Amino acid sequence: MNVLMEVKNLSLELGGKKILNGLSMELWESHVHAIVGTNGAGKSTLANTIMGLSGYREFEGEILFRGESLRGKDINDRAGMGITLGWQEPARYEGLKVIDFVLAPLIDKDRSAAEQALLTVGLKPEEYLYRAIDKTLSGGERKKVELASILAMKPKLAFLDEPDSGIDIESIERIFRAVKILKEHGTTVVFITHSLAVLKQADHAFLLCGGRIVDKGSVKHIRRYFEEECMPCECRDPDIRRGRNEAK
Amino acid sequence: MKQNDDALEIYKSIELDPHSLKDPGVAHVTVNENRVLSSNTVPGLDVAVKELGDGVDIKMSLADGTIVKNPVHLCFGVIPAEGVQRIVMDVDIGKNSRIVLFAHCSFPFAVNVRHIMDARINIGDGAEYSYFERHVHSDSGGVTVIPKAVITVGSGARFSTRFELLKGRVGEMDISYETFVREKGVVEMTALVNARGTDRVKISETSSLDGAHSRAVLTSKVAVRDDASAEVHNRIIAGAPYARGHVDCKEIVMDRGTATAVPIVDVRNAKAHVTHEAAVGSVDKKQLETLMSRGLSEEGASELIIQGLLS
Repeated sequence: MNVLMEVKNLSLELGGKKILNGLSMELWESHVHAIVGTNGAGKSTLANTIMGLSGYREFEGEILFRGESLRGKDINDRAGMGITLGWQEPARYEGLKVIDFVLAPLIDKDRSAAEQALLTVGLKPEEYLYRAIDKTLSGGERKKVELASILAMKPKLAFLDEPDSGIDIESIERIFRAVKILKEHGTTVVFITHSLAVLKQADHAFLLCGGRIVDKGSVKHIRRYFEEECMPCECRDPDIRRGRNEAK
Repeated sequence: MKQNDDALEIYKSIELDPHSLKDPGVAHVTVNENRVLSSNTVPGLDVAVKELGDGVDIKMSLADGTIVKNPVHLCFGVIPAEGVQRIVMDVDIGKNSRIVLFAHCSFPFAVNVRHIMDARINIGDGAEYSYFERHVHSDSGGVTVIPKAVITVGSGARFSTRFELLKGRVGEMDISYETFVREKGVVEMTALVNARGTDRVKISETSSLDGAHSRAVLTSKVAVRDDASAEVHNRIIAGAPYARGHVDCKEIVMDRGTATAVPIVDVRNAKAHVTHEAAVGSVDKKQLETLMSRGLSEEGASELIIQGLLS
């Protein structure tokens, strides 16, 4: 496996609380990874830190993308290297049209690229291209528009935070198909998820607990934490177990 | 010959095909400073233009029941770098008639130009009057625009207006529109302004909902950058039962810009209902970071967000 990103001993505090706690992991080229874990485990924080969002830039440890450190790089510099993020709850933009948003990453503003991306996520271009990404779009529709913009961008690494949130059952297969297309184009996709259905789409998975990776391996291996309500993860990490006991 | 050149210069700046005005079914008036360069009218629409020392006096009336099929173009320009243009407008829209006007105001080379409009508009019962004002200014900031209008909206009539600056710097702008709305009348007023440099923007829109079931929506969206400033005072007075209104002010502030939004809701009848919304601040962080995560620079992302807001 070719390593695309290497995260070494990553720690990050937010509001005086350590959210990421010596986390280390490798992401491989053209793979679909999943990161699972309970609420507050640090999954979204990890994605936000790798993207370099404000408030998530003062980290300890190292994040290397193709061997190059991300430290000190702005969000758009990281995006320029090929890293992007699909938000759990995508933003609303008053007046900004779907076509302008989807084509924003592209130098060549080719309308057909936007149309193709919308079709892939199951939105009819004739209905959506000129709609504003505002409160008239549902959360699920905005989620699809966001994924369309990532498809148009063709990044090297895309974090998708809760990709099924707000998506109806009929549409979820389209989202998974879009992820397959991304993978075929050479994109490494990382799902941040609580969902077994999403986890099943991955090639490889990590279990995150208390801000560190406590297990990793095949989807089959990691899915047992769902079946066992995540209890084994606590038991496996003595630091977490000790911390929880102290908190009690 | 000179008049023809001036007219062409105005059309070019506002990107209006002059051939479209040769269609006898399209009414228009083209004025440079205080000179009428060209005009045409259509059946049912009377337009009388009188040249004044510093502008023009326009009297426009639309006969009852007349539907003007094509939009009417009012092309106002000051082509020289300096000058004053005062537009006095007296408009009477007959009952159950309908008209759409595009007022193109062009000051492409302005260094010191004042454009003043003083309008009185009476919209008859059941009529529809749509007025879209689109400005093209120079980049010098040397334009002062002072449009003032008092509009009476008859029973069941509709008045909609939209002010946009398409190109150039605002300069100084002081918009004041006041509407009086009778029973079941509807008002929609929108102002979209992108201010930068040392631009100064003042918007004051008032709607007095005097008739039962009358409605108004006042919307102002302004972006201020560099050292620009904006003040928005939008007011709805609801004095009749079942009157409904909404005031919406949104201002994006960047650099050293300053903005004030004062939505005033004045309800004088227990059966009326008026809401307001005001947001003044920097570009939304999540919007900005999403676009930056697609590779746009902070400036490029802000520009796209502002373009959307003002679209």
